[in-house]
Formats: sequence, C-alpha cells, structure tokens
Amino acid sequence: MNDVIIDARDVCYRYESGLSDAVSHLSLKVYRGEFVAILGRNGCGKSTLAKLMNALLLPTSGKITVDGITPANEDECYQVRRSCGMVFQNPDNQIVTTIVEEDCAFGLENLGVEPTLIRQRVDEALAAVGMAQHAHSSPAMLSGGQKQRVAVAGVLAMRPKIIVFDESTAMLDPIGRRDVFQLARKLNREEGITIVWITHFMEEAVQADRVVVMDRGRIALEDTPRQVFSQMDKVLALGLDVPEMMKLSARLVAAGVKLPQGIMTVDEMAVELCRLK
Amino acid sequence: MIKNVTIGQYFPGDSFVHRLDPRTKLLATIALIAVVFVSTGFAGFAMIAAFVLLTALSTGVHLKFLFKGLKPIMFIIIFTFILNLLFQQTGGVLLQFWIIKITTGGLKMASFMAARLILLVVASQLLTLTTSPISLTDGLESLMRPASKIGFPAHEIAMMMSIALRFIPTLMDEADKIMKAQKARGANFETGNIIQRARAMIPLLVPLFVGAFRRADELALAMDARCYRGGAGRTRMNQLKYGARDLIAALAVAALFALVILANRFCPF
Ligand SMILES: Nc1ncnc2c1ncn2[C@@H]1O[C@H](COP(=O)(O)OP(=O)(O)OP(=O)(O)O)[C@@H](O)[C@H]1O
Ligand SMILES: [Mg+2]
Repeated sequence: MNDVIIDARDVCYRYESGLSDAVSHLSLKVYRGEFVAILGRNGCGKSTLAKLMNALLLPTSGKITVDGITPANEDECYQVRRSCGMVFQNPDNQIVTTIVEEDCAFGLENLGVEPTLIRQRVDEALAAVGMAQHAHSSPAMLSGGQKQRVAVAGVLAMRPKIIVFDESTAMLDPIGRRDVFQLARKLNREEGITIVWITHFMEEAVQADRVVVMDRGRIALEDTPRQVFSQMDKVLALGLDVPEMMKLSARLVAAGVKLPQGIMTVDEMAVELCRLK
Repeated sequence: MIKNVTIGQYFPGDSFVHRLDPRTKLLATIALIAVVFVSTGFAGFAMIAAFVLLTALSTGVHLKFLFKGLKPIMFIIIFTFILNLLFQQTGGVLLQFWIIKITTGGLKMASFMAARLILLVVASQLLTLTTSPISLTDGLESLMRPASKIGFPAHEIAMMMSIALRFIPTLMDEADKIMKAQKARGANFETGNIIQRARAMIPLLVPLFVGAFRRADELALAMDARCYRGGAGRTRMNQLKYGARDLIAALAVAALFALVILANRFCPF
C-alpha cells in the first residue's frame, strides 16, 4: 500500500481566463490500489485536479507524476491517459458512437490495438460492467446508469491502472448511482484498480479508504472518512454536509445518549443503539 | 412529435442484400447509376428496371418505402418529361395542333429521361433502405481512404458523420424538453403566420445551440481522455471484409452492364 501511483508536488494550475489559480500549491499522494474520495464545494478545483491527473491539463507550475511518468510532451500525455482513465459526469457527452460495443472499442482503436485483441478486451469489459447483453444496443436506448457503465467499460477495456470518476453519479437516479458506485468498488477490490472518486455525496465518501477535502484549490483536510467527518464544524465550514448518521449521533449525544464517536452509517448506528439496552 | 423523426431510413433485415459489404453496395449503386445513363433503348431500361425491382423484392423491404423517395421529385420528373416532349423534334410527327408538335423522337427522349430519374432515385433508395447509417459511414470511410494519401480528410469526415448520427437522438430529446419548458412558460409554436412561427423558434434554437456547443466541448475532452488523435495509426474492431456474396453481387451488376451495352448495340428499340 505504500507504493505511490499519483504524486502531485506543489502543483498550480491557472486557466487562461482565470483570475486566480484553480489549483494552487497542491501536494497529494495517491497509493496503488487505494480508493480515494475527493470532496469540496462547487468551484474548488476538483475537476481541474482530475484533469491534471489525466494529463488533459498540464500544471502551470509544480510536477505531477502518474504511474512513473511526468508528462511533458505529447507522447507522455498519451501514456498517462492510458494508465489513468477518466469517467465524466454527463453520460451522454462521453459516448462517441451509435453502438455500445463500438464505443467500448473506441479507446483501443485509438491506440492501434489489433482487431482480434480489441474484440476480446471489449467483450471482457462489457461483461465486467454487466452490459454484455446490450453490446449491440444504441446508447440512446439505455438509462443513465447503464450509459455510465458503458463509459466505464470503455475506460476499462484500455486496462488502466487508475480510474478517475468526476462526479460520475451526479446525474443518475438513486439506483443508477448505487450501481455505478458499487461497480467502482468492485473494480477497486477485485481488479486492484486505483480509484479517485470525486463526489458531492457523503454516503459515498464514507465508504472510501481516504477522504481529501479541497477548498479554493488547496487541500483542506485529508484523512480516513471517520477522522474527517468527526471534525463536524470544520467540515461544515468547508461547505460540505456530514453524513446523516453523524448528525443524528451528535444530536443524540447532546441529548444525553451515550454513543461512541464516529458513527457514519445506518448499520453502525443500529449496532450501537442495540448495544445501549 | 419531434421524436418520431428517424435518421436515415434503414429498414432492418437479413436478406442477401442486407448482408452485403457496404462498400459493395455503394459501388454497385454507383454502377447502377452509370448504367442508367449508358442505356439508350427501351430494352436496356426494361432490364435495369427488372434488376432493381427484383433486388428490391428479394430484400423484403416494402415497395411503398422504395417509391416514397419519388414523391418530392415528382414535379421535376413531370417537368423534364414535358420539356423533352415539346422541344425534342426528331422522327415522325405524332400529333400536331396550334404551336405544339409532338414527335416520336421527343416521346422517346422524354420517356428515357423520366425512366432515368426514377431509376436513379429508386436505386439510391435501395441502398439507404438496406444499409444502416453506421455501416454506410464505415463503407464510405474505407472507400475514401486512398484519397486521404493526397490530403483528403476521409477519416475526419467519417468521424463527423458518425458523431452526428450519435447525437441526433440526444439533440432531438433536448429540443423536445426545451420546447415543453417554453410551452409551459406560454410560448406558442403552432399558430400564427410563417414569420411569427419562425420567431417563436428562436427561444428554442438558442438554448439548443448553446447546449450543443457545451456537449461538443465535453465530448472532445472525453475523446482526448481516451487517447484519440485522429485517423493515423488507428485500427478498427470490426473490419470490413469482402465475401463470396460480394463477388456474386459484383458479377450480377457486371452482367447487367454487359447486357445493357449489348442491347444498345443490337436491339432496334
Ligand atoms: N475552462 C475554464 N476556464 C476558466 N476558468 C475555469 C474553467 N474551468 C473551471 N474554471 C474555474 O476554475 C475553478 C475550479 O473549477 P473546477 O471545475 O475545477 O471546480 P470543481 O471543484 O470541479 O467544481 P464543481 O463541483 O462545480 O464541479 C472555478 O473557479 C472555475 O470557475
Ligand atoms: Mg467539477
């Protein structure tokens, strides 16, 4: 676990039209096989950081190394994009072709992979996201959650070591959201793919290995979910919500119920409440 | 209502013609168009018509769809027919009154021109009815590829076409949503004269275009993220392959060509 796969050192990025840095003097290490959640209020620079990890943007100053490569020229950028895939927010705007399996093949086709190998990897990727039976459908016919799974398959077929999800569940209904999140967890646990999960949903963040909270282009908090969310005042001041169960346990404690610190999920709450009797 | 618009007019099926390589179908259509202009006699036209009709019947496509394409150009066909009839003055006189003189040569020329136009439309109709837009695009890209050596953007054109095909349903959906939202705010798209109705479309078109540009931006980013860098060095998962079927089709078209040329030469009418 102490093998660093993404290493950002004092990274700044300023958009051409920007008045201040969207990401400013940010240092962050992501470890191989980790599931990291990135939180922060709107406009704090999460998407910018995601694009820096993917070499879609290059730092204005500072360095970011992804899987051993510090992208400088175009070739290195493509190498980084190969090892660090990205799933965006809007499922409609990242599917390129009119047939599901062809979209899955898009990345491999760009890399110039041999057709028979593409076929094999595409079939594997579609099976892994549970969309094999829709291989010949048109994306227009799929639900948002299904489209997002197709997008994941398109990235997965390229065999990345890291996948960055930039609010990939924000536009989905609760079922689609759960499906995509569970898929990311599965890829993390079973395939060992490092996941960077950008989200506004605290229920997702509590399930991560580590939570990074950003504020105005910098890292404000960085720890396990339990440690981060137990600092409720700080978290609220950073424009975030805390998980419902943490609010509930705070109110119960204030009302005199003896509960331990750091209850985050409904299950934990149920266990602790039953123990009270 | 806006959702009923279909893209292209593909009529899914599993016939011999459906399963031909799109390149074969494209080339065969071009050959058919050529032979329509090569033919100079009734025998030739009869053979071409029989060929097209038999092919159409074998595909299982409803003939209604085949001839639907003629409707918008009916006027042109009739106009050319009359023009040729009146101004082509060769051969014996058939009919004469006032300043109008109709000759056998004129009648022949007029019928040939009409037949050419009709066959032209029906043949291309057959192509689009039996080939899905996406395989048509693949076929076009593959056929144009040699031209990309001299700088012709074959891959880019094909990519543009397939992205357009991908986004037409999405944008239709969006137009529908915007329309409903504007209607809920009291917009009126249905009544008024043509200028009023065109003006009413502005609040529909502006958000639609803004949305389309935003989508284009995001799509470009997503394509970049998946290592897209143009056509160079790119492979395809589904390779187009000619089969025995395509050879048979090519031979059939070649035979038709030969028969029409023979008919031109040896058939008196
Ligand atoms: N293309 C751009 N040009 C100029 N400024 C930009 C551009 N994209 C983002 N910014 C600015 O950079 C800052 C960080 O934006 P970013 O998109 O990274 O935020 P975010 O944390 O992803 O926000 P959200 O939660 O809304 O997705 C914002 O102040 C934003 O206005
Ligand atoms: Mg964002």
